[in-house]
Amino acid sequence: MFSRHTGRRGRLFGAAALTMAAGLVLAGCAGGETETPGDNGAAPAPDNGGDSNFSITFLPKNLGNPYFDTSNAGGAEAIAEFGGSFQEVGPTEASPTSQVSFIQTAAQQGVDALVVSANDPAAICDALDEARSVDVKVVTFDSDTNAECRDLFINQAEAEGIARVQVEMIADQIGGEGQIAILSAAANATNQNAWIELMQEELAANWPDIELVDVVYGDDDDQTSFDRTAALLQTYPELKGIVSPTTVGIAAAARYIQTSQFQGQVAVTGLGTPNQMREYVEDGTVGAFALWNPADLGYLAAYAAKALVEGTITGAEGDTFDAGRLGSYTVGANGTVLLGDPFVFNADNIADFNF
Amino acid sequence: MTVPTTAAGSVAARRTVMSKVGARLLSREAGVAATLILVVVFTTLQNPNFVFSPDGYRDLLLTPSILMLVAVGQAFVIITRNVDLSVGSIVGITAYLTGRLFIDIPGIPVLAVFLAGAIVGGALGLINGALVAVARVPALVITLGTLYIYRGLNVAWVGSDRINASDLPREFRSLGTDQILSIPVLTIVAVLVLIAAAWYLRNTRGGREFYAIGSDPDAADLYGLKVNRRIITAFVMSGALSGLAGVMFAARYGTVSSQAGTGWELQAIGAAVIGGVAISGGVGTVWGAAIGAFLLLTINRALPVIGIQDFWQRAVVGALIIGAIVLDRVLAVRQARKLREMRDTDND
Repeated sequence: MFSRHTGRRGRLFGAAALTMAAGLVLAGCAGGETETPGDNGAAPAPDNGGDSNFSITFLPKNLGNPYFDTSNAGGAEAIAEFGGSFQEVGPTEASPTSQVSFIQTAAQQGVDALVVSANDPAAICDALDEARSVDVKVVTFDSDTNAECRDLFINQAEAEGIARVQVEMIADQIGGEGQIAILSAAANATNQNAWIELMQEELAANWPDIELVDVVYGDDDDQTSFDRTAALLQTYPELKGIVSPTTVGIAAAARYIQTSQFQGQVAVTGLGTPNQMREYVEDGTVGAFALWNPADLGYLAAYAAKALVEGTITGAEGDTFDAGRLGSYTVGANGTVLLGDPFVFNADNIADFNF
Repeated sequence: MTVPTTAAGSVAARRTVMSKVGARLLSREAGVAATLILVVVFTTLQNPNFVFSPDGYRDLLLTPSILMLVAVGQAFVIITRNVDLSVGSIVGITAYLTGRLFIDIPGIPVLAVFLAGAIVGGALGLINGALVAVARVPALVITLGTLYIYRGLNVAWVGSDRINASDLPREFRSLGTDQILSIPVLTIVAVLVLIAAAWYLRNTRGGREFYAIGSDPDAADLYGLKVNRRIITAFVMSGALSGLAGVMFAARYGTVSSQAGTGWELQAIGAAVIGGVAISGGVGTVWGAAIGAFLLLTINRALPVIGIQDFWQRAVVGALIIGAIVLDRVLAVRQARKLREMRDTDND
């Protein structure tokens, strides 16, 4: 396991190899971390004339995630409309503390606003507080932090709406009765846990004949989600449906069921993106699934950040701001802005979407 | 077992020693296999669907096949007293490469994609091997570095893209589940590779040299073995098999993001160690590593089926690895004592 040659020459070689490795790692990361369509993102100019320069940095949960790719593209679109500079940074892995260093860097660069989807509601709070203390406006979107750590939260849809739509879809697909299971993301995922709780309430209140037999966690990993789906099908032979409120989970569940003896017998629904799910909707493995439009979400977050930077709003309840093509929005309780209702995709409309 | 026969000592006595040691090693693999059978039988008693349903039977053979390839490659490296932490990243890169090839070169033959995966994986392994052998830095450090480099390159390449099932041709995806004589194709591929690797390690001069190097690198060097070349070969094998596994990953899971294969290095090392490949080198077989992979993933699948909570499953796997290492240690101590006793009686 350890080489036995530890002479001076060996050590020198080792140091050189390590330095080289570190350099390559940094280079590799930098390539993936920063995408700056059009404008300069690395060092935003402090001023290039009036209030037309908004430097806004998007920090998704992780890179390599088509969902955030789409939402950030929406943000970039909005920022291009009002003439700011867009920057995207983020960790490769969605772990609770991985976003901290990116927040600190953005604060040091002196960006005007940071748009964050939080991997953990509390872990990045200190870093966000530091950033806000040097007058960086913080907007969270998709996944919130604790309310005192940010100025505004752009809510993709109310948790109640998301839970209700998913329960309605699965109830509709299994005929209103039978066993269902939930395949979630990580066990500590903020969004998913809130939705699951509400789905359980919704089921208990309105669908007495539907039994939720299990909640399993696929950790937003293809392989784990795949194996959890297989285990669910084996453990509950009477299972009629799986609800997966996460884009990775629903694609893995659909892929497993597509190739299993249960295709057509066990319904899969939840939250997914059209490109991922197209194959399974077209061959009938999946009847319908839901999502908000992530591009609109990023777009709205960018306009909210702009309004905060301008000072037209402070994040107080009742503040109203303009969000380009989406119209006018009002800040609700706890500094939250609601995008709208989730959208249901099915075989009839999936061809109209490409994200 | 460890050093090629020298003129000294009685050949007959050495034979007995060798066969006893061989039997003990064999029993190690048999023990892991017995545990595997126990897990399968116990789970099936709890839930007959675990084996006696078309999906259950197929998954039992199919799920461990991909990890099995990676674990076999890892066994090569560990036997030479090195370790390859970069295999998960190699799986990720080649899985994405698979998708890209099908998208960018429409109509590319499936066999060509398998070859490309193995070649790219082998090239990445060559970088590992060259750094370890030439720079004389511990493999743990080198491959920890390349783990991040390869993953970083992968993220830079993939960005926020992702291979979706609809990007892959149907005949390729169906490889992920197709069966020949009710045995999944991917399992057949993995077992063929396993048999070839086992034959090479057991019966060829080159194969035996891996053990000699792992048992005592300095002695192997003094004896005139081409240590560097063997170590590089081991890393190339590990990389090429991980590349093959990456192609199979794409066929099986249908979706590939930049995080594909994350954490596989630890599963592969775990599988090898559970299967009796000593982390200190020189001991173990690829059969053991393969059975270890089977045991590891079958336990992963069995625990949720018998209703053990997610949170406990990792703890069970961890306990298994520690148990295997403790067992290794106990066996090694006993074996050393036995060998000493035999030598003493031999000399009388």
